[in-house]
Amino acid sequence: MASTNTVVRPGSTKSRTSGWAPTARKLTPYAFLSPTVIVMLVLMLIPVIMVIGYSFMDNVITNKNPVFVGIDNYVEVLSDPVFRTATGNTLFFTLVSVAAHLLLGLGFAMLLNSPLVGNVTKALFRVVYILPWLFTVAIIAVLWRLMLNPNGVVNYILISLGLTDKGIEWLSSPDTALLAVTFINIWAGYSFYMVTLLAGLQGVPADLYEAARVDGASAFQRFWNVTLPQLKPIIISMSVLDIIWTSQQFALIWMTTGGGPVNVTEMLSTYTYKLAFSRYEFSVASASAVLILLLTMVLAFFYVRHQKARD
Amino acid sequence: MSKEARFRRGVTTAVAAAAALTLITGCSSGAGSDASTSGGDVTIELAQWWEPELPDGALRTLMDTFESENPGIKVKLLSGPYASTKEQLFAGAAAGTMSDVVGLDGAWVSDFAKQGALADLSTLMKDAKYDDSELASTIKVDGKTQMIPVVNFVYPLFTNDDLLAKAGITTPPSTRTEFETAAKAVTALGDNTSGWVLPLSSEAPNGIQNDVMSWVWSSGGTMLDDGKPDVTNKDVTGAVKYIKDLNDAGVIAPGSATMKEQDKVEEFTNGRVGMMIDSLSHIDLIRTSNPDLKFSISAIPAKDGFTGERGIPYASWGVGVSASSKHPAESWKLVQFLMNEKTNSELSTLANAFPGNTKSVPDFTSSDPLFKQAFDIYSEGKPANEFVGLPVAEQLMRLFDEQLQAILQGDESVDDGLKKAQDAWVGEF
Repeated sequence: MASTNTVVRPGSTKSRTSGWAPTARKLTPYAFLSPTVIVMLVLMLIPVIMVIGYSFMDNVITNKNPVFVGIDNYVEVLSDPVFRTATGNTLFFTLVSVAAHLLLGLGFAMLLNSPLVGNVTKALFRVVYILPWLFTVAIIAVLWRLMLNPNGVVNYILISLGLTDKGIEWLSSPDTALLAVTFINIWAGYSFYMVTLLAGLQGVPADLYEAARVDGASAFQRFWNVTLPQLKPIIISMSVLDIIWTSQQFALIWMTTGGGPVNVTEMLSTYTYKLAFSRYEFSVASASAVLILLLTMVLAFFYVRHQKARD
Repeated sequence: MSKEARFRRGVTTAVAAAAALTLITGCSSGAGSDASTSGGDVTIELAQWWEPELPDGALRTLMDTFESENPGIKVKLLSGPYASTKEQLFAGAAAGTMSDVVGLDGAWVSDFAKQGALADLSTLMKDAKYDDSELASTIKVDGKTQMIPVVNFVYPLFTNDDLLAKAGITTPPSTRTEFETAAKAVTALGDNTSGWVLPLSSEAPNGIQNDVMSWVWSSGGTMLDDGKPDVTNKDVTGAVKYIKDLNDAGVIAPGSATMKEQDKVEEFTNGRVGMMIDSLSHIDLIRTSNPDLKFSISAIPAKDGFTGERGIPYASWGVGVSASSKHPAESWKLVQFLMNEKTNSELSTLANAFPGNTKSVPDFTSSDPLFKQAFDIYSEGKPANEFVGLPVAEQLMRLFDEQLQAILQGDESVDDGLKKAQDAWVGEF
């Protein structure tokens, strides 16, 4: 009888273990994912939700008991002439930068991919062309501030060549400041395009060019009908990403002009920063940040749709 | 699935879950308390930007003295650059984790007071039966003492002796007319040399305080009327018109609109400008960067015929106590230590600054002779900085800066620009 009491029915053991095992199997991937998910929640989703919440309050952080004010902060931002100036400047800065990045990057990539250039020369120019991309924004800002100083090397060259009789205030004059920071940004960013497009060019099958040649295509026609269509997916992805990055450029502007003189280089990023850390209007700054987020999300939507279409 | 495999899966799940849990606790452990009590000792935090600007280990040595004089109280120093200290304090004030004792700039006080982040020092002084008659000044907001200036840095006029001599100017200018004459003479030397340097970067708009309003204060003027903006008065209008004249005469170094304080010092150090208004704290930097440069300091020129007491701009290392401190009495003891005659003398000597305690005297025996001269200028005039205690002081400077840049570029008249600045300031108030 005792033996009967100690018998463990296989079925009951199986049901216990089989009940746990599928659950554990299902939970395991989630457990592995959980650190990333938690980090994303804590560092991205929650702050974004908080900022959206702040944008509907009268003021936060400096006000211990903020109250809901609806869309007042959005109305204040949108009716601020400086915000409109910043939007215009950001559009100019972004579109000119991205277009120039693309043209310069593609031009240099094709130059380096040309069979006419020897391997040693190619390697040398690759290093030279990629240098701007290796510098941090702080270095780039300091470098160009020194070079574009009224007593700097750029003016020295121009005066020596007789192109101007006195130093131009590149970053301090309202006539040249926006062009100057845009130029610096172009210089700092074309290398990324060049490297990526060069990789793309090296992946274009040689027989496509050969077939085009047999069909009597000129060099321009080969570029237009073979090179560009082959690079199109890379160009679209890079351009969308570059628009997003450039429209959010803050450090370069802040360290070269600070948005001046008289707002001529004010961007949406510097405008928002000043609202938060100079005027301590954290709710109005949040409203401005949410508007930038919406603009960026539109671009991100097109990027994701393009990526999906590629897949 | 084997028993071993099931066990292994169970363990990996547990490890992954534990990792996630560790991450959460890791993330949350940063928001610790601002002070602690352990083993009977109270540890208070002192957040400031002073330590990196003092000789190595100097502030820690002072804190060791404080700890030995106050058994049971330990001081933890939280040090960082000026700008990040400000942001750190704002974040701490918002989260209620502000350090017990905080280094303050007069331009921040009003904003922290608005947040309710600072304790009323009058109450702490009363509780500690402290006699405040030795304090040179205190900064009050809404009747509550929020900051005590520990040491002050004055901003006199620096003149390049060689350049001025070459231009035929034998003594530093004392009046606006003399200054204009000297500036024109230096500019006339050519070779990219300018008479004066004026930093107006909107990223760091403190040039408005140090280099523009100093002309108003040096002639006994004011930019306020009963604590409210008054930048259209004759004092400010006169000073701005004077600066506009200097600009039109081409005596201001090019690149003003995006120039920062460090650029200004660099221009002067490299001998490209004849005169600048700057902090005494840069004397060592100038000497180190260009040992051959001969320069003098003097009071900022006043209006012709002005005989009153000259205001001399200053910036302070101020100190306050957090309203959320769990150890206000111990925190006050630290403030009291910093302000006592002996410590304050020592700190002002170390910082090349002037003391916040009226009885303290810096030791000039081993310092640059110019400091002694500056102390005389400081003692003869009166410290003047009307931005101290104003709300959003930096933004006020930036708003004025934008209008001044437009005036200098000829986009608007002095009167129109100042009217716009006045309206913008009133809006901020």
